[in-house]
Amino acid sequence: MNEKFENICRVKNNSATDLNLIPVYTYSEFSDLALNLLTKKENHCVNYFASPYKNGLRFIASIADDTAGDIILLSHFLASSEPKQLNSLTPKITALHIFEREIFENYGIAFKDHPWLKPVRFPHDRFDRNLKVNDYPFYKINSHELHEVGVGPVHAGIIEPGHFRFICNGENVLHLEIQLGWQHRGVEALILEKKQLLQRVILSESIAGDTAVGHSLAFAQLIESLGDIKISGQLMVERAIALELERIAIHVGDIAALCTDISYGLGANIFAILRTGIINYTQSWCGNRLGKGMIRPGGINLPFTNEHKKRLLEVLTKFEFQFVELAHRTYKLSSVQNRFDDIGTVNEDLIRSIGAVGMAARMANLNRDIRSSHPFAGYIQFPIEPVILPKGDVFSRFLLRRKEIKRSIAWIRNILANANFDTPSEKPVNEIVLKPDSFAISLTEGWRGEICHCALTDDTGNMIFYKIKDPSMHNWKALELSLRNLEISDFPINNKSYNLSYCGYDL
Amino acid sequence: MLDEIKIIIHNGKQFITDPKNVQLPEPFRGRPEISTVKVDENKLVELCPVSAISANPVRIDLGKCTFCGECAFRFPEKITFTTDYKLSTNIPEHLIVKEGENIPVEIDREAIRPEIKNIFKNSFKLRQVSAGGDNSAEFELNACGNANFDIGRYGIEFVASPRHADGILVTGPITENMAEAVEIAWKAVPEPKVFILCGTDAISGGIFAGSKAINREFLNRIKVDLYIPGNPPHPLNIENGLLDLIGR
Repeated sequence: MNEKFENICRVKNNSATDLNLIPVYTYSEFSDLALNLLTKKENHCVNYFASPYKNGLRFIASIADDTAGDIILLSHFLASSEPKQLNSLTPKITALHIFEREIFENYGIAFKDHPWLKPVRFPHDRFDRNLKVNDYPFYKINSHELHEVGVGPVHAGIIEPGHFRFICNGENVLHLEIQLGWQHRGVEALILEKKQLLQRVILSESIAGDTAVGHSLAFAQLIESLGDIKISGQLMVERAIALELERIAIHVGDIAALCTDISYGLGANIFAILRTGIINYTQSWCGNRLGKGMIRPGGINLPFTNEHKKRLLEVLTKFEFQFVELAHRTYKLSSVQNRFDDIGTVNEDLIRSIGAVGMAARMANLNRDIRSSHPFAGYIQFPIEPVILPKGDVFSRFLLRRKEIKRSIAWIRNILANANFDTPSEKPVNEIVLKPDSFAISLTEGWRGEICHCALTDDTGNMIFYKIKDPSMHNWKALELSLRNLEISDFPINNKSYNLSYCGYDL
Repeated sequence: MLDEIKIIIHNGKQFITDPKNVQLPEPFRGRPEISTVKVDENKLVELCPVSAISANPVRIDLGKCTFCGECAFRFPEKITFTTDYKLSTNIPEHLIVKEGENIPVEIDREAIRPEIKNIFKNSFKLRQVSAGGDNSAEFELNACGNANFDIGRYGIEFVASPRHADGILVTGPITENMAEAVEIAWKAVPEPKVFILCGTDAISGGIFAGSKAINREFLNRIKVDLYIPGNPPHPLNIENGLLDLIGR
């Protein structure tokens, strides 16, 4: 065992690794190593996928060591001649459930003893084409005293589709199961099919439009590491400013949405207006309110200048005063506290077990923030300290947003005070030759949490596999668990308090 | 109470008084203009990630364009994006911007069915259905209802059920998995009803055109009353398109 650990492959965030340097273990060695690593608190699995490779499937697990800032790569191989069955690791490490489900759905690998081996997103290239999106096997409880409530895929409002199935005892929710897949557009397959770099970037901006910067940044970093392209420190800082603006805008919009759901009209209206100021600033920088067109591999079309800096300071000063004033009022209102406090609580152990990331982890005392554990872009030069709250209820999710907004503003101010933008950053690179036979991984911290993109190239440098993970992949489970033993009427505020992505999950 | 009043005063008046006449700041990318300058047209056509540009004469199809602006960055002498945000129309041909022409995108009033103008002018309720939308068009549709854009002042509202609606507005390229749900939602709307495609993904599939995971077959069987281009469309574009459609 120790011998195995000595040869272990450790890489850094945003790196490309020769595929031959990633050790291929037998499945039993792989299982031992993965389980051993994942029982340690500093480690969590950021991705585990299978990719068609030569005459079978190559499985690669990327395990982040948050203390050392490393990513540990483990792999195993299953030849197409071997039986499509493996022992599930989920009974020991719950957080792996979603990755094993995804592999099962895509390739028909039966994970023995997996407690919840169900479809994930009904992709067009799924293994079992006979299984339709309407056939999801929901959990059932046979009792005359219980009833089921089904909602969706089309919901009451301007929102993406998903199906929520509640099992209730009167008003109380015993169990909630969320079925997704309605939004599946085949993004991963399209990234491979569309060969032009620009097409791929635009696809990455469309993974989740509310996280256009977060996802396109992960894509750009991944391509830069595969193409061995170094970018300037100034561009790294600009990208991080864009990412923080996205965080501020969406967080304040989510607080507005939470106020809407508890009928706090002043908060609902004014927080929403405050968001406009931030996204309009983003538009005045890159031409699009959601930051589409901002991030490009190797450079930026519309660089951040001293003029942008001056205006950003003005926008933030005005925003901060109004935000702090209203957020303080909202925080102190007993009617708000009454609706948020102790609602939808999930504790640290539960959150850790399901592998929650980002906001959903930090609101329950679990420190998961790629910006500080595996720094990228501007966070290398200008570190940022995560906000951690202990309680894990709707109130914490509201408060975390409030505190993160203030921290992001302080962080941007610090940069603007220390960095100058006299000379514009470099222009984007239009064509990039990728390293052959490589595996690349890029992690970013979008406003929802950890985003992970991985890619494999073949011996000619063609991209042969692309894997995207939105934080929602883990965090939908947190919403399901939050609803247990709550009144069904508390669903909307819980749903808003997480604001998870449908399209980011369905891909 | 005093705190609340202070907050309201500090925020001031926020609504856009006349959504039909707003000057959006550059570099907002609205309606493109194509000059008659000669460039390597093949390169220009090849460059476009969604094949929205065609040559001889050079044209841009706003129903396909993702407004990434790459053509204007690389051929600034040929293509410029103006800040004109009014891009919506009921006629697909109006979505084609041609070389040397500088014509605003407009609705053809004659082509609007009379019942739309007669019935929905003062109260127009829509049911939005996202069918693979990336939550950006949805985001901007929500923004239409906020205090800045305040589309509700014109009697336009997004409602919870198709049964309450005067029409369906679709966002997203229409995924295979949502195709049936879109059709069910459409059938649930009482006559007379309106069908709107909002966002480049919905109009042409956008960057998802050709994906094996989408199914746009339903669109062959339906008459589209309004196209709202954009990736995502700006709220002012959505607002103006809807107002033009109902004749306000």
